[in-house]
Amino acid sequence: MHDPSPTEATNPPRRNFLKQTITAILSAVVGIVPGLAGLLVIFDPIKRKSAAPGGALLVTRFAGLPADGVPRRFQVFADRVDAWNTYKNIAVGAVYLRRGQDNHVTALNASCPHAGCSVSYSGEKGHYLCPCHDSLFSLDGTIANTSSPSPRALDALEVEVRNENEVWVKFRNFQPGHKEKLPVV
Amino acid sequence: MKALFDWLDNRTGYRRLVHEALNENVPGGARWRYVWGSTLTFAFVMQVITGCVLWMAYNPSNQTAWESVYYIQHEMWGGWLLRGIHHYTAQFMTLLLVLHLMQVVIDGAYKAPREVNFWTGIALLMLVMALSLTGYLLPWDQKGFWASKVATSISAVTPVIGADLQKLIIGGTEYGHHTLSRFFALHAGVLPGLIILLIVGHVYLFRRHGLTAKQPRRNRDVPFWPDQVFCDVVACLAVLAAVVFLTFWTHGAELGSPADPAEQYEAARPEWYFMFLFELLKYFPASKTFLGLNLEVWGAMILPGLMVGLIVAMPLVGNWKLGHRFNLGVLALGLGFFGVFTWLAYAKDGANASFQVAKVAADRQAERVVELARLKGIPATGALTLLREDPLTQGPKLFAQHCASCHRFDGHDGLGNPVKDPASAPDLKGFATREWLTGFLDPEKIISAHYYGGTKFAKSSKMVRFVQKDVAGYGADQKAMLVKVLKALSAEAALPVQVVADTADAAVITAGKALLAHEDMRCTECHKFHNTDEDADAPNLTGYGSRDWLAAFIGNPAHERFYGERNDRMPAFAEEKTLDGQAIGLLTDWLRGDWVRAEDAAKTASP
Repeated sequence: MHDPSPTEATNPPRRNFLKQTITAILSAVVGIVPGLAGLLVIFDPIKRKSAAPGGALLVTRFAGLPADGVPRRFQVFADRVDAWNTYKNIAVGAVYLRRGQDNHVTALNASCPHAGCSVSYSGEKGHYLCPCHDSLFSLDGTIANTSSPSPRALDALEVEVRNENEVWVKFRNFQPGHKEKLPVV
Repeated sequence: MKALFDWLDNRTGYRRLVHEALNENVPGGARWRYVWGSTLTFAFVMQVITGCVLWMAYNPSNQTAWESVYYIQHEMWGGWLLRGIHHYTAQFMTLLLVLHLMQVVIDGAYKAPREVNFWTGIALLMLVMALSLTGYLLPWDQKGFWASKVATSISAVTPVIGADLQKLIIGGTEYGHHTLSRFFALHAGVLPGLIILLIVGHVYLFRRHGLTAKQPRRNRDVPFWPDQVFCDVVACLAVLAAVVFLTFWTHGAELGSPADPAEQYEAARPEWYFMFLFELLKYFPASKTFLGLNLEVWGAMILPGLMVGLIVAMPLVGNWKLGHRFNLGVLALGLGFFGVFTWLAYAKDGANASFQVAKVAADRQAERVVELARLKGIPATGALTLLREDPLTQGPKLFAQHCASCHRFDGHDGLGNPVKDPASAPDLKGFATREWLTGFLDPEKIISAHYYGGTKFAKSSKMVRFVQKDVAGYGADQKAMLVKVLKALSAEAALPVQVVADTADAAVITAGKALLAHEDMRCTECHKFHNTDEDADAPNLTGYGSRDWLAAFIGNPAHERFYGERNDRMPAFAEEKTLDGQAIGLLTDWLRGDWVRAEDAAKTASP
């Protein structure tokens, strides 16, 4: 790096140093600007908010949910915005509903709080099993195996019974992996 | 710190590489004329960076290509800036390639032993042209769609293999998902990959043979760093500044309305640097043949092929004594030809009134679809659906096609074009508004061409007689009553443009309704108005001008609810199945000024 170059031999060293500095700075500017323009677009998702918080959604009627305390799986339909598309009434998730003798209805989000897989209910064993990492949950959604990788119970959702037989659920998704129930925002 | 760099150098030998790179000898000293290669490399790197980020947001398919570009352009942070930089850098790359080629040819840098390097450069030029061609289609707007369609249709005239070649290029028989997927794979994968390979080869060969100094040499030799790097970086900065300036000045690259294979697009033009080929083709009609090949093959393939061939042959021709001068002549001729034909193309468009009209209409539609996308969101079927269901977009077209042979809209055919024949039915701009009705009930105007002038009612109808005798003789009191009646009748239409006025005049309208029904005004002698009078056989004024009323009227004006047997010439569009319910609805909504507006949405959003 220190061979005497022809430039150094002919030009005064100060001018050479100045030119080198300016050239280096300009090179940096020319290199950085295109990257900066891209960064804004890359970070665009940060400003996006979850579309989920909305009112309660009609999931089923009592006719589709016998009062036997057995959980049944239902798809939840809602309007959704996916980037540029607006969808009317599409499936956005699934819930397990149970109706007791007293017509009290409970709802659980079907997605496992561990890593977001969809749990399935086994009628035979009477519990929910997550097929991914074997988390077990009891009928009320609480953790049922000591070795469960899930940090919390299945996420309970608010339920409203309207007009005597319509089951309305306030559908929400929560961040997986946390002990606390943190809504996805 | 030094220890770390020493370690890195020991393992990689990077110092020698950097030293090699920066100490390239520049014979005769640094000069501005040597900057083009560096600016091109810079532009290419910029395209790779911006292109990769665009890739993260782009979605190539029939229903999502335009939509995702719309989202980049109008919804994403800095999306318009990014797209603008990518777009304008592409333009500059073409320009810089020509400058680079000019410098190389003028300085004789293509001569032995640098032939192969020259040819890799020409290959790079072709690949960049291919990048432009493929990139132009990706936004899937009308402009890109129709221009690409022309380019690929030309490939179909290739003798023998034409039809199959076209299928290969567009990924099927019609433009669709696979056309986009193919063009995108070429644009973002295959072509840049080849370009990187060729740039490596190009730079390697350049280093192998060294820089061709412009004679006579001005100064003693210098190393590349810092003098020549300084010139190169300043030139790159100038390119960057020009790109950013153009992006801000035009607020990014244009995005037309979504591609619609069913909608003619008269404003279809290729990018400016292909305009000379576009113009050239006009002189080579496919209907004529020369030497057994149709002229389009000559104009689109053989002639441009010869031009490229002459350039490729330059290093060989250069060995000949007068070869360099010949090559300079070829270059000058080529550039002159490019200039003249480009100018011709633009001059012709500038003087072409229907092209200008088409361009304005295209711009308006492009703005409208963005407005709709913002107000309503885009359905899964794509943004084209928004336009197909928009009264403001479809109404004028339907009117021009089905109504304008008799009716006018503000004196024109709905789309803004003048109509040769005189109107023979009322002008429907502002139909059922207070102004329109006031004119209709004006003894001076009712048989003008604006209203009943061209119809059979002008000669014999109770309505015309009533207006010309009774209304003409009205005193001040009666005139005041008529104003109330007209306001009440207009309110029946519940026109969106009159909501404010109708609400403000609620009391007057109630009074007017009572007057309209009263026998003194004589309306209900012939017309029904919120009553069931068997004898009243003139058009029913209940809900006059409302959506339901107008749609039913267009559907069948000879129905007893309207003109009955006295209907003049107007066709029953629904009965005769000329228009379906949706088309009649669009026409009705447009005539009533009933469409989604950005202003209304803004009002409801901020109470």
